[in-house]
Formats: sequence, C-alpha cells, structure tokens
Amino acid sequence: MFKQSKLVSAFALAGMALFGAQAAHAQVVKIDGSSTVYPITEAVAEDFQKAKKNAIKVTVGISGTGGGFKKFCRGEIDISNASRPITEKEMAACKEAGIQYIEMPVAFDALTVVINPKNAFLKQATVAEMKKLWEPSAQGTVTKWNQVNPAWPDAPVKLFGAGADSGTFEYFTEAMVGKAKSSRGDYTASEDDNVLVQGVSRDVNAIGYFGYAYYAENTSKLKALAIVNPKTGKAVEPSAANVENGTYAPLSRPIFIYVKADSLNKPEIKEFLEFYMKNGAKLTKEVKYVPLPASAYTGNLEHMNKKKLGTVFGGHNEIGITIEELMKREAKM
Amino acid sequence: MKPLTTEEIRAVIAAGKLRDNLFKATGVFCLALALIVIVALVADMVIKGSDRFTLDFFLNFASRRATQAGILSAWVGSLLVMLVTAMAAVPLGVAAGLYLEEYAKRNWLTNLIEINITNLAAVPSIVYGLLALGIFVYQFGLGQSILSAGLTLALLILPIIIVATREAIRAIPAMIREGSMAVGATRWQTCRYHIVPYAMPGILTGVIIGLARAIGETAPIITIGALTFIAFLPPAPLSTLGDGSTAGLFDWVMAPFTVMPIQIFNWTSRPDPAFEVNAAAAGFVLMAMVLSMNAVAIFLRYKMRKNIKW
Repeated sequence: MFKQSKLVSAFALAGMALFGAQAAHAQVVKIDGSSTVYPITEAVAEDFQKAKKNAIKVTVGISGTGGGFKKFCRGEIDISNASRPITEKEMAACKEAGIQYIEMPVAFDALTVVINPKNAFLKQATVAEMKKLWEPSAQGTVTKWNQVNPAWPDAPVKLFGAGADSGTFEYFTEAMVGKAKSSRGDYTASEDDNVLVQGVSRDVNAIGYFGYAYYAENTSKLKALAIVNPKTGKAVEPSAANVENGTYAPLSRPIFIYVKADSLNKPEIKEFLEFYMKNGAKLTKEVKYVPLPASAYTGNLEHMNKKKLGTVFGGHNEIGITIEELMKREAKM
Repeated sequence: MKPLTTEEIRAVIAAGKLRDNLFKATGVFCLALALIVIVALVADMVIKGSDRFTLDFFLNFASRRATQAGILSAWVGSLLVMLVTAMAAVPLGVAAGLYLEEYAKRNWLTNLIEINITNLAAVPSIVYGLLALGIFVYQFGLGQSILSAGLTLALLILPIIIVATREAIRAIPAMIREGSMAVGATRWQTCRYHIVPYAMPGILTGVIIGLARAIGETAPIITIGALTFIAFLPPAPLSTLGDGSTAGLFDWVMAPFTVMPIQIFNWTSRPDPAFEVNAAAAGFVLMAMVLSMNAVAIFLRYKMRKNIKW
C-alpha cells in the first residue's frame, strides 16, 4: 500500500509539472451518437477547441445513432450525432423527459456500391437488380451473377455488406429492397467497413456497399458502381457533384446533428454551432464526405436563432428527399 | 522369462531415447510456434507504426489528421483508470482471500462462495460493463467518469486477485502458522507479520496479471460510456483551473476520459488508411505497457522471495 501511495504522489507531481497549465474547469460541449457522423463532428470539435484556445472543451463519443438518442433523451448530452432522422419511439422518449431539440442536417452520406476493379462486366446496376440480389428471398437461391441479369456471366456472387445494427444497413435495405432491415443473411457482414474494403478488393466476383468516405480513401482498390436513378433512368456514379445536385439517388442521404434546445441557453453551445455551420462545408470535404449547399448551413443557423423545434420527418425515414425540400418543411416535435 | 541380452537392452534404451527426443522436438516446435506468433505481431506493429514513434505521438491529442494524431488522452486515461482499479481491487481482493483462507469456517456457505468466485472469473467482461452502467453510472450517479471505469475493471479482476491471494497463502507451510500461534501471537498478528508478507510475491503476481488484463479491456469501458474524442486531460490535483480556482486532490476521478484500446479501435475503423500506422504504433505502446507491468511483477517477486527465509 505504501508503495502505491508513493506512486500516486509521483504521478500527481509529474502530472502537475506537465499539464498543470492546461487543466481547466472549462465549459464542456457534450456530443455522442453515430459513428458515421463522428468524423465530421470530430473535425469541427478539434478545430473549434483550437480556435477557442481550450477555453471551451468538446467531447465526442461513439455509441451509434440509437445509443446517442438514448443518452440525448435522458438529457446527458447537448448534441446527438445521427445518421438517420429521429424515430417515433425516440421522439416519445424525448417528449416524456421534456427534451426539446432542433434538427440540423450537416452533410450528405452517399452509400456506395463497390466492386472489384478487375470486374469487367459490371458497369451499372438498377435498383431492381440490386433488389434481386439483396432481398431476403435471394438467400441461398441467387448465387450466380447471371441469375440477376442474363447478360452477366455464370460466376459466383460474393456479397459484402454492413452489419445489421448499423444505420447504413437500414438505409441501404430501405432504398434498394424497399423495406428497412429486410435483407438476405448469407453475406459477409461487418460493422468495420475496412473489413468490407479488404474483402471486395481481393475477389473479382465481389460486390459490397458502405459509406462514400471508405470508397474515396480506397479508389485504387475498388470501383464504384453507377446506380440507375429510377426517376431519370440514367446511371449515375457516386461523386461529390452528383450527390450535391441530387442525381445520385436513391443512395444518398442527409446526416444530422440534433441539438438540445435548453443547451442553446449556454453561450458555448451556440458558439460551437456557429463554428460548425461556418466551417462545416470545408471540414466535411476534408474528411471525404459531401457537404450540403451553403444555404443549408445558413438555414440551420436561422433555425437555431428562431428555435425551430422538432423534426421534419415525423418519425419516419424518407428515401430520395432533396435538401431544399428538407430545409423548407415545417418541423414538428 | 528369458533374460534380455545386452543388445536388446540397448535397443530398448535407444527406442526410449528416440521417443524422448521426439517429444522434445514437439515441445520446442509448439513453443516456437507461440513465440513466432507474438514476435510476428510485435514486429508487424513496430514496422507499421515506426513512423509515429516520436515524442509528439505521446503528447498530442486525437486529431482527424493521422500524422498529427497522438495518444495523450488515451495513455493518461488508461493509467488513471488502472490506478483507481488497483486502489479498489487490491485491498478488497487481498482481504477477501485472507478471510477465506485464514478465518472462514469450512462449511457449505464458504464452499458456495468459493465456487462462485471461481465462476466469476469466467463471466464475459461485457456483463460487468452492463452491471456497472446500471449501478455505478446511474444508481450511484458517478457518471461516465474515470472512477466508474476504474471500479468496473476492479470488479472484473477481483476474482483473479482473490484466487491468486488464496493460492499464495495456501503455499505457506502450516508450521509457520503453528509456530507463530505457539509463541502466543493472535490470528491477526500471525496474518500481519507472517502470512501476508510471505504470500506477498504470489499476491503481487496476481495483482499484475489482473491489471494487465484490465488495461486491454474495451467492452465494459465502452458500455459505461468512455469517449472517443477528448482533447483535454483530467485536472491534476491542486492545479489552477481556468476560472482561477484550485482543483481538489481527487477532482480527476470524476473527469471524462478515453483509454488506449478505444483509441486503437477507432483508428483501425477509420476510412483513411494512414490511421492504420497510428493504430499499429498505439498497439505497440499498449503492449509495451502490459509487458513492463509484467516485468515489474517478476522483478518484485524475485526481490521479495530473496527476503523470505524459512
């Protein structure tokens, strides 16, 4: 015991000498939630803290969109990162706890369908083809490429996709199969997208999907598949430009932060959000996500100042909604 | 039975020796396999992470830029959590082990307790995390703090320390106890001056093995809510804070934190492959922390054993 108490004081002394000047009881902005939104919020937090010379501190955790909303509706955090709109259940939980919030879209996430660069026959795919390949009834029966489209070769299909707990899985199934979380189960699933990158890059017959950032960082190992936009009938490749102008549909989606209304009474939260909206576009690009049009960021600030409470989604996800439409809509608690 | 000829005896001996050597070769092969795996792992991390072994890596906070990202909040967090874990688990574990060996009567209740302690060592760590989330974080209101994390890991390694303490005490010959009591020492005096000092090397080994396990734990720490991005340190005792006030001696235990395994996991799952270098470097640092803890245990055990003269 004696040895330990010595250790404690030694560490304390070392700590004081090293970090004494840095430690401070500053105001803290607490953020938690989705791992998809995390890179953007982290970049903002990093730069904000530097800009404020550590007078305001920001903490960001990753507990998933659902986990984040749980903490948010318990009043434990100021801001919740969310890769999908708040659900009815979560709205009810927040209401019960008396938590009011402002919904702010901060970037686009383009789900990207990727194939091996050596794959010569796949140039584009339609939503119907994707459905044929991924729907639950395909399990065990659709195992060759020519079963999806007769023009494709008689070769085995190797599938890679997101794990069932992720927002990516939810959105992909809803957009492609037509019903959220409805997917075949016989594919290589991983919550770690780097595992999927490795898988697809090593197999000529592989196809997989994940967030655009993982494709953007690995363009030498992967090829992105153009998806036919059901409205225009044209095949569109995922790219920043195509996401921004709304043609890359239905696989692009907005991602959000939810801000607790009470927290806006604290000046540090307001300052943080102002910084977020001012630098959001630049930082979003830097972490390989697609920024929203500038009007969306200024719109978010307006909503903050006017206290536009609630969500514009009414508890349901929507496929293929444009950002302009989203900003104009009436919000409801 | 006919007596064996010298030739036959030689043959039997030769066959025996051959088997001996075969077994030896198998043993060496198994050992080499285990060693090669660990050497390959460490070498892989060192080679991949070599670009990051700079002072900055240890003194920088997390960042979106791989080359500027460091592990300051992670290693400080890991060390502080270990400190709380040791402070909580060692006294409790040693006292419990001592009671079970020296004081408790042998009956069905002690047997039941013993079985349960052994079983506790096999409970998955995530279960401790869920328990701690309910009890420490919400019931006791300790929040997502270093204290919560330290106590959670203390629960996790308590069975290891209890079992190690009991094994160490059991290895002490009964005559030591009898001799002590024969000259009139009470049970407490016997424990205080004989049992605990003699069992210390074994207890220490258990403590370090427990802590080495705890430092690599991720699941329970994530469950209770450790952060991923945190670019400040807990307040050092008696340091001056931003608003001019002075931090209390134990303010740091309530501070938010992150730990090494979480930082490593975050880096491996990022899109930018440059972070793999950071993950490898941080992995090596964590491994070095565990190895140096083990080295300290071996050294202390060796030193203390030298002082025991039965």
